[in-house]
Amino acid sequence: MSVKLLYFAWVRERIGRTEEVVDLPDAVRTVGDLVGWLAGRGEEYAHAFDNPKVVRAAIDRTHVRPDAAIAGAREIAFFPPMTGG
Amino acid sequence: MTIRLQREDFDAAAEAAKIARGRTDIGAVVTFAGICRDHEGGAGVSALTLEHYPGMAEEEIARHVAEAEKRWPLLGVTVIHRYGRLVPGDNIVLVVTASAHREAAFSAAEFLMDYLKTRAPFWKQEERQQGKAWVDAKQSDDAAAGRWDRPRKRDAAE
Repeated sequence: MSVKLLYFAWVRERIGRTEEVVDLPDAVRTVGDLVGWLAGRGEEYAHAFDNPKVVRAAIDRTHVRPDAAIAGAREIAFFPPMTGG
Repeated sequence: MTIRLQREDFDAAAEAAKIARGRTDIGAVVTFAGICRDHEGGAGVSALTLEHYPGMAEEEIARHVAEAEKRWPLLGVTVIHRYGRLVPGDNIVLVVTASAHREAAFSAAEFLMDYLKTRAPFWKQEERQQGKAWVDAKQSDDAAAGRWDRPRKRDAAE
């Protein structure tokens, strides 16, 4: 499936991109699978996801957990824990 | 309910006055303003840049406001969150809550701030003498937000 990925804060800095569209193999079913697939794409990605517990995700602008299914997602965002307010 | 994301400064007093204008059923208005400080953990901060996720930030804040309105009898809510580069003394965030009595207004304002700190997609980067650094999320903020979690339903077996 084709999906838009967005990156924020130091995740964005480490990867070196704000966003990209990727074509995912069928085996990538969950957010956790996607993190693993991204980490294998290159050093910058591995660096961004080297502590997978820290990076958070949102599917179509809603917070999700690593076991969330990505089927049907239009955009998936990855970011560090939030520091708003 | 009023929710705004903006670069520009806001006027806390004017927003508080707006929420109650023309109404005689409001007995309590609570106004909280979060302000940029010049220090964090003993180190000097010369500027703060707030990055955000456009679209999700507004939606997430709206979800929290809707939750607050479910939990408390609120007659008005205003949340304004700035983004971009701010310096010490600048306003960052405004929460105004209105209700007939004070308990709802105080509790809802605290609830909204605790959730804004942990679930609204904003990220702060500080400028210090040694350079720029992303602010780490605080465990104390997570704990503060956690105290508003509803208790889970008990299993039938318990």
